[in-house]
Amino acid sequence: MTDSPCVWVYAVAADAAPAFTGGPIGVAGGAARPLSAAGLTAIVGSVAESEFGEAALRQNLEDLDWLERTARAHHEVIETVTKERPVVPMRLATVYSTDEAAAGMLMERAADLREALTKLAGCSEWGVKGHAVMPGDDAAGQQPEADGPSTGPGAAYLRRRRVQLTARRDARQEAVASAQAVHAELDRLAASARLYPPQSPEIAGHSGSMVLNAAYLVADDRAEEFGTAVTELAARHGALQLTLTGPWPAYSFTGRNESRDER
Amino acid sequence: MSEAPTATATYHPAIREERVALVDLLDRVLAGGVVIVGDVTLSIADVDLVTVSLRALVTSVSALVEDTDDSRGGR
Repeated sequence: MTDSPCVWVYAVAADAAPAFTGGPIGVAGGAARPLSAAGLTAIVGSVAESEFGEAALRQNLEDLDWLERTARAHHEVIETVTKERPVVPMRLATVYSTDEAAAGMLMERAADLREALTKLAGCSEWGVKGHAVMPGDDAAGQQPEADGPSTGPGAAYLRRRRVQLTARRDARQEAVASAQAVHAELDRLAASARLYPPQSPEIAGHSGSMVLNAAYLVADDRAEEFGTAVTELAARHGALQLTLTGPWPAYSFTGRNESRDER
Repeated sequence: MSEAPTATATYHPAIREERVALVDLLDRVLAGGVVIVGDVTLSIADVDLVTVSLRALVTSVSALVEDTDDSRGGR
């Protein structure tokens, strides 16, 4: 391992030396490999310091293309090993100078990591996003001008505009209330839940207003029940457009940084 | 990188997304995962990665918006 100065850590597994069936290719095209210490195994890969050293990372993290490439590669390795055994995912950009330094982390944090592994065993993360269903701008008051009393074109426009704005405000309020009800119900089926801040519409490529961005840790034997619940909730709450994503590796439930509510 | 279709379970395809959306992935890999200070990334550990990468997102999104002026949709 001396040809590469840095060690990227993807995840940590409980057992010694996991055998990769697929030989996942990770960040920067390097193959992921096991690194064992303290009865735990980190899944690591070698990366070049010129790209993943501290100074380079700081720059590269602000480059969206680099970030996407790296995030997807990180995810792909974690996803591959998750299928074979429970793992605790690491945050993106956890980099050590040597295998020894990474092994030292395993020894130092063994208790925390074991606790997280126990909690995540037999569970997967599911994402549920909810967007407010907004009435179209032309939904209200598109009727031809009625010749009612005191209707100039200006007054008609203002009236129409007011109806639209009221409809949109009502729709949003209803969506927010629905989101709370949906979250409460899904939370009951989950071992744990985490609320993320709403994604901005520009970044998410979704024009609607996001009112729910949640992650749920669900026991695998309840996954089907959870999926059914999302479908039923989607049908029951017309004000919300629900999207289910997953199963994810349990990124959002690794302990320490986890909370029931973000912010 | 080519698309990385990952979600494989088949529950309720009608409301499932087929491909991991970058924005969902970034929520998780930047704000989730075990936060342990790598010895190479000491100073980065103190930085909120979400903030750092948001700058990247915002920059590239505003570039996008300038390119196609009408891409913001009705507002």
